[in-house]
Amino acid sequence: MNSGHDVILKLEDISKVYAGTVAVKHADFEVRKGAVNVLVGENGAGKSTLMKIIAGVERPTAGRILLDGNEVSFSSSGDAVGRGIGMVFQELNLFGNLSVAENIFATRELTNALRKIDHKAQEHRAAEFLEQLEAGIRPDMLVEDLRIGQQQLVEIAKAVSLDARVLIMDEPTSALSAAEVEILFKVIADLKARGVAIVYISHRLEELIRIGDYITVLRDGRITGQEEMKNVDTQWIVRQMIGSDAKDFAKADGHQPGEEIFRAEEICLPRVTGGLAVDHVSLSVGAGEILGIYGLMGAGRSELFDCIMGRHGQASGRIFIDGKPVKERDTTRRIRRGLALIPEDRQREGLVSILSVASNLTLASLSRFVSLFHIRGGAEKQAVTQMVRELVIKVADPVQEVSSLSGGNQQKVVIGKALLTGPKVLLMDEPSRGIDVGAKADVFRTMRKLSRDGLGILFATSDLDEVMALSDRIAVMSNGKLTGMFNRAEATEAAIIAASALGHGPSPNTENNAHD
Amino acid sequence: MTDVSARAPDSSASGGSVLLTLMKLRTFIALIAVLVVFSIAAPNFLSAANLILMAKHVALNAFLAMGMTFVIITGGIDLSVGSIVGLCGMVAGYLVLNGIDLQVGYTVYFNVVEIAFITLAVGIVIGAVNGLLITRLNVAPFIATLGTLYVARGLALLSSDGRTFPNLVGKPELGTTGFGYLGAGKLLGLPVSIWILVVVALGAAYLARFTPLGRHIFAVGGNERAARISGVRVNMVKMFVYMFSGFCAAIVGLIISSELMASHPATGESFELNAIAAAVLGGTSMSGGRGTIGGTIVGAFVIGILSDGLVMMGVSSFWQMVIKGLVIIVAVVVDQAQRRLQSRVTLMQMAKVG
Repeated sequence: MNSGHDVILKLEDISKVYAGTVAVKHADFEVRKGAVNVLVGENGAGKSTLMKIIAGVERPTAGRILLDGNEVSFSSSGDAVGRGIGMVFQELNLFGNLSVAENIFATRELTNALRKIDHKAQEHRAAEFLEQLEAGIRPDMLVEDLRIGQQQLVEIAKAVSLDARVLIMDEPTSALSAAEVEILFKVIADLKARGVAIVYISHRLEELIRIGDYITVLRDGRITGQEEMKNVDTQWIVRQMIGSDAKDFAKADGHQPGEEIFRAEEICLPRVTGGLAVDHVSLSVGAGEILGIYGLMGAGRSELFDCIMGRHGQASGRIFIDGKPVKERDTTRRIRRGLALIPEDRQREGLVSILSVASNLTLASLSRFVSLFHIRGGAEKQAVTQMVRELVIKVADPVQEVSSLSGGNQQKVVIGKALLTGPKVLLMDEPSRGIDVGAKADVFRTMRKLSRDGLGILFATSDLDEVMALSDRIAVMSNGKLTGMFNRAEATEAAIIAASALGHGPSPNTENNAHD
Repeated sequence: MTDVSARAPDSSASGGSVLLTLMKLRTFIALIAVLVVFSIAAPNFLSAANLILMAKHVALNAFLAMGMTFVIITGGIDLSVGSIVGLCGMVAGYLVLNGIDLQVGYTVYFNVVEIAFITLAVGIVIGAVNGLLITRLNVAPFIATLGTLYVARGLALLSSDGRTFPNLVGKPELGTTGFGYLGAGKLLGLPVSIWILVVVALGAAYLARFTPLGRHIFAVGGNERAARISGVRVNMVKMFVYMFSGFCAAIVGLIISSELMASHPATGESFELNAIAAAVLGGTSMSGGRGTIGGTIVGAFVIGILSDGLVMMGVSSFWQMVIKGLVIIVAVVVDQAQRRLQSRVTLMQMAKVG
């Protein structure tokens, strides 16, 4: 690990503990000047936590941070910015109701002698940064009028405008088109030449290998490898990320999928900004079959599930359960027909956090416990107790508020809620996101058991391991289209990755200027 | 109260739970406190006649507050209830005095029961208009109900050109007599309006606790998206709460006209604020998802007894307003302190478990 680049920032023995989980364990991490320091790891490995510690958003539970060799501690992100550390966040931190220029200079407004905001100067300066990004964004546009990709560019422009010495980019390309990615790489090269230390996080390995100088791999909160990029290849990265110890996937029990239970035909969902978020997707699932849907962020997996559940009035296409067409267009009646969704975002879409565990579990299936209009408390309680036992939900008393549970147990509550509706087809959107290893194993075991019981399961994931280990068949989505369908026997990681990248190259519908 | 919030952080787990229980019962404690204070300070306060009179006053606000509670639990607000009270009173008065002229030489007169049902229907329809504006046209509840507040008040004034419908005794030959029963009648020694309150309150409390609709009301307020994905018909739930609120307001309109035997178009002005105050005092969270009918009723009693008692003590009405405002603010401050303490206690329990 010796080269011409000086270490500007050093983390020593950093740990971060949240209620219930350890996100980062004894991590040592070096950031070098004038270089792209890449950080990789699977979902939940602790990358974002580590970066938030550097950016002053979170404070480490233990360990030291050395900036230019001196120990520092950041009390806030403003503090970190003051010392030259900027960050492009994964989730966009922009004010949709303000203009691009106002966003770029938020909290550092340019003012004139009377402390009045100098909008002209701000827009002028903002235009310079946007020029570099060749994004075709005017500084006086409202952020909410921009496409997600353009918003991400604004976020990047904002970070660049900080004149930071250390710039952290957390998945900056997740919503960018191929052309926009090229521009970003030019900007990164430019920053590197000016001696800025860049920390770059991404899931796209080919991207990392192209622009990285140093690579650090995280797994389950631990750093498992640190190398110069020129010494490593994809296999090395994957090995470090996954480790030799295989994850605890429940084994397939060899039962054969039965007859087709669910079919979707020509599902389309128009995007607000033009184009299709889901582009003529057709697929089918057999009873007792697990169909994994793999794709990168923004591939249209969640949108496909939303269409199937009837959450979008403007979606088109046909769905069939047991060969019979589902004409019902609203979620309520589709649930009655045997569809159930476990949404990706537990907090926002899965749970009513101020209600009890019991109320959440039975929310979607109350009609089962009702005579006339009276909820039979006994029957409800019995169902809750049974579900808590079946899914091994760790809760002292089901009348506890659901928000007091750990992430894994909350996820089990969401699954239990869906199962109580007695579904024939279960749609699971990233069922293992943000939960600990033990809970993951439980969730996977439950999926196996359900498929044995004859449910058709569609599960969306961006975790390659997961999709390989759990699926009977693997569908790959990219850019709203179904780009591959593999039987497990014939599926290879390379083929799946290739299919998931289709349509990400320069193509007519990902032009920058779609807006103009 | 500052004392409470300052002590909370240091209290041990058991001390925490005692304090927590006290805070949970705060509205009851406040009710007992006002009762004790006024029974000492105001002579005749505890006489049966006075208690019944106060209960009749409180009942009016309690009806509105119950409707408001459901609306607030779904995360909305209903500013139009005061105007619905006024308009429904005018509808009842108009029907008693004038009947409906069919424009072909006939005039239809309704008996009192029919008039009551028509008036309730008017309240429900206005509630439905609120609901449609909010669910179908996506108007913010605050704005939608502010609009109906003005429209309903305007219609009430138009119905009589701003005059009062006096002397609603009705004519025996038209079968319109007996309108005074609601406001002045008694059943088993208690005023009819109190009995109606008991029935509606028990019904509402049952609805909240033991029916799917009640559960859905809480779910919509707690997390609308999650409720929608769970198959809750969010729009129907919202329609219901605004219609129920309109229904409650119509009851109040009927009772007031019946008590006075006259309908005045300005009746009910600013009643909505009292209703909101009672709901909040009773522990309903303005951000939705939390609240109980029982709490709201107790809240309505605290506010009502407070103002009646202060009148009896001869406190000026200006001071009454100041005191009422302070009580509401203190109630919400204690509510927030309770939330914080609650989550601390929960965390501690989790830590103990492992």
